[in-house]
Amino acid sequence: MSKSTHIDTDNMEAIYHKPEAFTETPMRYCPGCTHGLAHRLVAEVIDELDIQHRTICIASVGCSVYAYEYFATDATQAAHGRAPAVATGIKRVRPDNIVFTYQGDGDLAAIGLAEVVHAAARAENFTVLFLNNAVFGMTQGQMAPTTLLGQKTTTTPQGRSIERGGYPLNVCEILATIPGVAYLARETMTSPKRVMHAKRSIRRAFEAQIQGLGFSLVELVSSCPTWWGLKPLEALKHIEEKMLPQYPLKVFVDKVSQASEAVAEGGD
Amino acid sequence: MSEYVLMSGNEATAEGGIAGGCRYFFGYPITPQNKIPEYMSRNLPEVGGVYLQAESEVAAINMVYGAASTGARVMTTSSSPGISLMQEGLSYIVGAEVPCVVVNMVRGGPGLGNIGPAQSDYWLATRGAGHGDGRCLVYAPYSVQELHDWTARAFEIAERYRNPVMILADAILAQMIEPCKLQPRGQPPPLDKPWAIGGDSSERPRNIINSLYVNHDEEEAVNRRIQARYDQAARDDLYYSEYGDEDPEILVVAYGICARVCETAVERASEGGVKCRLLRPISLFPFPSEPLAQWAQLAHKALVVELSMGQFVEDVRLAVEGRCPVELLNRTGGNVVTPEDVTQKLFDMAAES
Repeated sequence: MSKSTHIDTDNMEAIYHKPEAFTETPMRYCPGCTHGLAHRLVAEVIDELDIQHRTICIASVGCSVYAYEYFATDATQAAHGRAPAVATGIKRVRPDNIVFTYQGDGDLAAIGLAEVVHAAARAENFTVLFLNNAVFGMTQGQMAPTTLLGQKTTTTPQGRSIERGGYPLNVCEILATIPGVAYLARETMTSPKRVMHAKRSIRRAFEAQIQGLGFSLVELVSSCPTWWGLKPLEALKHIEEKMLPQYPLKVFVDKVSQASEAVAEGGD
Repeated sequence: MSEYVLMSGNEATAEGGIAGGCRYFFGYPITPQNKIPEYMSRNLPEVGGVYLQAESEVAAINMVYGAASTGARVMTTSSSPGISLMQEGLSYIVGAEVPCVVVNMVRGGPGLGNIGPAQSDYWLATRGAGHGDGRCLVYAPYSVQELHDWTARAFEIAERYRNPVMILADAILAQMIEPCKLQPRGQPPPLDKPWAIGGDSSERPRNIINSLYVNHDEEEAVNRRIQARYDQAARDDLYYSEYGDEDPEILVVAYGICARVCETAVERASEGGVKCRLLRPISLFPFPSEPLAQWAQLAHKALVVELSMGQFVEDVRLAVEGRCPVELLNRTGGNVVTPEDVTQKLFDMAAES
């Protein structure tokens, strides 16, 4: 063997590593699921903002129920849909801690819609990560409020119809009408560019909280290859072609930028 | 604040919470306990606390869960339909082993029922904390003073067992006005519980408040650990009071507002030559089974008086274990037994023997 195959790792710079805000616990997500990627973006933001030891993660009910095992922060686990209420209780006692919930579309848009809307209305100063993959994943693929018209699920075997299942629910568009919202964006993670944009929004949402501006939420339009019955790459294509027309990517509210601009202008 | 003041049960309960170091209150309006959140909304900000009106009882109890997870002294209050909605959250609170205080000013039911006094949440209080193997520790005051004192005391009991404590009263106790000697407003203990989340976690292992145990053996171990605490409470935090003759012909068993009525009836019956003893459980879970069994051994008969369709009498019969016949006198739906009802029943029972 020639010496050229020898790699001197001692003098190399590590440019990619596990975020400090992650534990050593292997994730249980299905191949091609974007939960792992979303977790990683949150963990990177926690590292970059240096808030790991004052952050509290609130896991919800759904595929991400074990979030408290993956994030190396204080954590609690909330009943289905109740994470924003639990976050409210925590943040009201501990306003200096950084609190985030991590919820799926069944949890947040179905059973927990009241809790998230009222947390936003009260301008509760915490951050919500909202993973929308248009299906109940953990319970094996039933219809969610966000399921697309025509989409086949285990409880809409003929495809979701307006007559039987009503219309998909656009959570961000509802929340955007609420003055208590400080940062609100819908992102996806189908390409490196989109991943970086999603991370920027997640960081912005945490910054809104750190600056005490009010309620922040980032919706991540996500994939569920398992219950969509698609291969991982097909699932990303499905997001681009089918999901995004219903759930367009947008920064709906950004009071962080407004606050920064006000500072830059020296105004009040 | 050491003088007696005239106060409603609701206000005395609220002030009892503040005296007990509670600084966080999350609730949702429901009659007949609205004076509690109103009192808290005025008074908690004055002592550096937080009052928050939730969007529902479901949200309120989950806010309690979050606040309790930080180790803070936190309470909520409601009445029967609202307590039904809180069962889910209570189950999580029991499963996650965090302390809190919940007050139920019981009203007539089922369904929307009415706003009259009732004891028809006895099973809900003593059996429920929602689904699963958990329970609330339940204490039943019978006066404005006791509402104040037991609410104040409930926080340290909840913390001792890392379990919700329920104060169980009714629409009469909530709204009646009596002299009450207020306890001084205690300082809440620091948020330094070794299990609590929040603050700076850099110098300690991270904490997780959780009720998910997918491993069956692990879940069973948790349930046995929780049960061991209930067993300890049955030894260390079992409370009851007794009233009347030492050698009773009839043992009278009642709690809360019914016990108040029964005191008068027991007096009148004794004056009329029927010796009676009233045993009033204050802790409903744990239940004072042993003293009940001892008195049942001495008495010829027992009379249970309750404002429900034979819920409380079941626990009495389990404790008495056939030592003497147990009869039931009850009203429900917002109606109340009178001292005359009970006195007449005692005379009738004495005449039958």
